[in-house]
Amino acid sequence: MSIWEYANPKRFMQTSGLLLPWVSGLTLACLVAGLFWGFFLTPDADKFGSTVKIIYLHVPAAMMAISAWAMMVVTSIIWLVRRHHVSALSAKAAAPIGLTFTLIGLVTGAIWGQPMWGTWWAWDPRLTSFLILALFYLGYIALWSAVENPDTAADLTSVLAIVGSVFAFLSRYAVLFWNQGLHQGATLSLDKEENISDVYWLPLLLCIAGFVLLFVALVLLRTRTEIRARRLSALLARERLA
Amino acid sequence: MIALLVRDIRLAVRAGGGFGLGLAFFLLVAVIVPLGVGPEPAVLARIAPGILWVGALLSCLLSLDRIFALDFEDGSLDLLATAPLPLEAIAAVKALAHWLVTGLPLVAVSPVLAVLLNLPAGGYLWLVISLALGTPALSVIGAFGAALTVGLKRGGLLMSLLVLPLYVPTLIFGAEVVKRGAAGLAVGTPLALLAGITAGSLALLPFAAAAAIRVNLR
Repeated sequence: MSIWEYANPKRFMQTSGLLLPWVSGLTLACLVAGLFWGFFLTPDADKFGSTVKIIYLHVPAAMMAISAWAMMVVTSIIWLVRRHHVSALSAKAAAPIGLTFTLIGLVTGAIWGQPMWGTWWAWDPRLTSFLILALFYLGYIALWSAVENPDTAADLTSVLAIVGSVFAFLSRYAVLFWNQGLHQGATLSLDKEENISDVYWLPLLLCIAGFVLLFVALVLLRTRTEIRARRLSALLARERLA
Repeated sequence: MIALLVRDIRLAVRAGGGFGLGLAFFLLVAVIVPLGVGPEPAVLARIAPGILWVGALLSCLLSLDRIFALDFEDGSLDLLATAPLPLEAIAAVKALAHWLVTGLPLVAVSPVLAVLLNLPAGGYLWLVISLALGTPALSVIGAFGAALTVGLKRGGLLMSLLVLPLYVPTLIFGAEVVKRGAAGLAVGTPLALLAGITAGSLALLPFAAAAAIRVNLR
């Protein structure tokens, strides 16, 4: 029993079909509980008022936006090395989800920034690097849709994902150098003294778990769709030959 | 390698006007910006480093699709791929040829355009140095983008979408060098980082470009 068995589309379809309802249900439970707890059962923060509650969407979305790219890089490398189609398709499936999380992070940040910073947008390092991340996602998705041959597309996008992540990292530190930040520092670190207080921390943890599960569920669902679409086009091609 | 370099430069200079086009575009950007933002010298002096760097970047982008597309269409890229020279070297040489016909002239004319944009006196030297250090990175990153999109019918627009985010770090550090130089501050840190990006791109991206060409020639 090894993880590579799921490189077989049939095995992947069987197992993911079994897993998907459970993961979806757990996602729903975590998100409903976490968001309800966060929105209605926590006190308003003394400096920020009720606007603080947007962190239950903002922080998990931003974390998953970066994690989604990391997952795409890993599956791209697996595709390049071992040529497992499921791996390439899961990278393709994850890209629009990652882009959506990036946009959710940007938009919720803007909504929070308007009352707090007095501006929708500032050229702050974190904001700028997220905008650049969104551009990387756009380019990646556009390249997938532009190349007709699926194997060629998978190869090219994999190379792009690897090179892109290096440059995304560079951009991250370049913008730090370029402008001073308005965005507050990390308050969820495991090793720091001063962190967010437990009242907010527990529901936030639940929301983060919910977003991770949501990502897993959506990736499974979209990968299954991609596999079915691939099977369908194979059937159609066979039909045309016959 | 040298034969390929000479051939590429000849093709670029003689056929199709790709050579002058980038320069003309650079000139146009430098002329059009004052028309848009107004002629006050103080404003122009403030934005000159950024405009010159953005202009250099855009005119570099303009000629990228010529790196591989023509050779791909007439089949010479297939011949080059089967030649004894490794594909990585071919990608590097083509990026070098691109830099010699677009990047180097840009570096040469940039002081003239800086006069138009009223760049403070201290900035000229750093403008030339930062462009000379940074434009090779633009060419080799662009060669990677061109290699990714070489098989596509309308790759040009897609290539801009892919390449521009990759240009971000180079642009930031390049413009920062000029800005600091113009303000009379120390430029060591951004200059070193710019040189680092160029060196890293030159060392690694030909491999990525060659991988992408191999896929596209399959």
